[in-house]
Amino acid sequence: MNLEEYKGVFVFAQQVDNKVSGIALELIGEGKRLAEKLSAEVTAVLVGSDVKGLADELAAYGADRVIVVDDPELKEYRTEPYAHALASVINKYKPEILLVGATAIGRDLGPRVSARVHTGLTADCTSLEIGDFPINPIPGKEQKHNQLLMTRPAFGGNTIATIACPDFRPQMATVRPGVMQKLEKKEGAKAVIEEFNPGFTPDSKYVEIVDIVKNITDTVDIMDAKILVSGGRGVGSPENFKILEDLAEAIGGTVSCSRAVVDAGWKRKDLQVGQTGKTVRPNVYFAIGISGAIQHLAGMEESDIIIAINKDETAPIFDVADYGVVGDLNKIVPMLTEQIKAAVANK
Amino acid sequence: MKVVVCVKQVPDTKGGVKFNPDGTLDRAAMLTIMNPDDKAGLEAALRLKDQYGAEVTVVTMGLPKAEEVLREALAMGADKGILVTDRVLGGADTWATSQTLAGAIRNLEYDLIITGRQAIDGDTAQVGPQISEHLGIPVISYAQNIKIEGDSVIVERQYDDRYHVLKAKMPCLITALAELNEPRYMTPGGIFDAYKAEITTWGRADLKDVDDSNLGLKGSPTQIARASDKVRKGQGEKVNLDAAESVDYIMNKLQEKHVI
Repeated sequence: MNLEEYKGVFVFAQQVDNKVSGIALELIGEGKRLAEKLSAEVTAVLVGSDVKGLADELAAYGADRVIVVDDPELKEYRTEPYAHALASVINKYKPEILLVGATAIGRDLGPRVSARVHTGLTADCTSLEIGDFPINPIPGKEQKHNQLLMTRPAFGGNTIATIACPDFRPQMATVRPGVMQKLEKKEGAKAVIEEFNPGFTPDSKYVEIVDIVKNITDTVDIMDAKILVSGGRGVGSPENFKILEDLAEAIGGTVSCSRAVVDAGWKRKDLQVGQTGKTVRPNVYFAIGISGAIQHLAGMEESDIIIAINKDETAPIFDVADYGVVGDLNKIVPMLTEQIKAAVANK
Repeated sequence: MKVVVCVKQVPDTKGGVKFNPDGTLDRAAMLTIMNPDDKAGLEAALRLKDQYGAEVTVVTMGLPKAEEVLREALAMGADKGILVTDRVLGGADTWATSQTLAGAIRNLEYDLIITGRQAIDGDTAQVGPQISEHLGIPVISYAQNIKIEGDSVIVERQYDDRYHVLKAKMPCLITALAELNEPRYMTPGGIFDAYKAEITTWGRADLKDVDDSNLGLKGSPTQIARASDKVRKGQGEKVNLDAAESVDYIMNKLQEKHVI
């Protein structure tokens, strides 16, 4: 492998139902930042059926170039045709860096593609930098410059590791949604658009989609919420989430929850914050009746302001809370809701 | 029908996390368990055994101590346990791990391979799909339901806002979610038999069609540049007041920070 041949930062521009996923725009933003350090460009790889029209949106968010792989076989996500599309793009265009969202799609596609092209893949990254590897010079070992240094939590969020991929290309990472910043939209920005179709011949690896069952949901994605009112087991019952919903409504927020609540069947999985749920970083995060298991903290500790209400003063949530209130949520939350309503009405 | 299940012995990060006085993780003091997603995968295989008489072989890669999870699997009802262990396999990243397991599985007959979606120590979710790629078979990740229909497997594949019902011809690899099922307990008779049962141990020489350059630390494309225990955000304020005062306190903070 001649590493010098590999140039540019590529991102997999995930779309579902021909709508660009938020993670695609976040990756373009982060890709652009990395590309500037390498004096390179950021290329979005758009894979799907009848998706060419989405290229302008990717350009508006900073993509310099969009490679469109458009084929009827790519209508819905399936591992094999998507892996073939992305691996073929890598073989033809030879990117130095390839970023993929750590979504239910990307965490299946990324490993399959990295195994096909024989390179390393670092999962669920929360921070990316360009730097030297080894970070500090080691006598007798070559220090390589302009390497992608990929940082990720491991061990259920207890440790943090920075990984490099010095001898293989592309340097591949999946990146947690909600962590990187998308750029401000520039209406009318144009990207170079290239269409590429490596040919799709169904074989035994093309699984058949028998049915698609969508969850009926009317709530906002908790990753987009500016204010989250999050409840844990301490809320006591699914019915008692009403007091959190009232608070959320008064303050213009959205209700989310901890894993314990999902495990108990009180709330749906898409509202779960944490290591096995979603990473959120709202302006304000209310942790109500959440003890703060390390897996939960991993998903919310980057929130700007964390307000915790818990009757157990030793709860680990207080270790990350900016404002911790030891007390009975059943008394405090309804009163708080009333006062917020009054304050808003007086404005 | 033959089913191969891959399992990993992992430190129990849920609740049982222990720290040294200097704040680093005390790994030696932590209990080890069978990785939860893998255990759900094993349970799914055992249900195929109950229903169709499937033969269930459990494979693990790890230190000799990892034999413990194989005995647990046997006590739950698996037919055979294979431990892949060798010093030259140590320090493997997901590429080298998947190469190792694929090299072991090439010695076995299989209709289905089931792995957990991800292990709770690494959380990468990579090894299952990578094994399938090395073996050239289809993969269905994030399985929340598994059924057999003739020579095909029908799987509910979970996504954030939907699931797909997928049908694949076997052989196929499936990665299981912990919520797939409630794993059974070991039976007393099973435990007794499991401790007498012979565990097959394979080393480097037993792996089929794998090059040395793809194994262990040396065969790992990714390398650790730096590792540290997580430094948490410092603790802020904590107050213990009566309910009305607590509400005033929060209101002051929300107004101070221009939230309302």
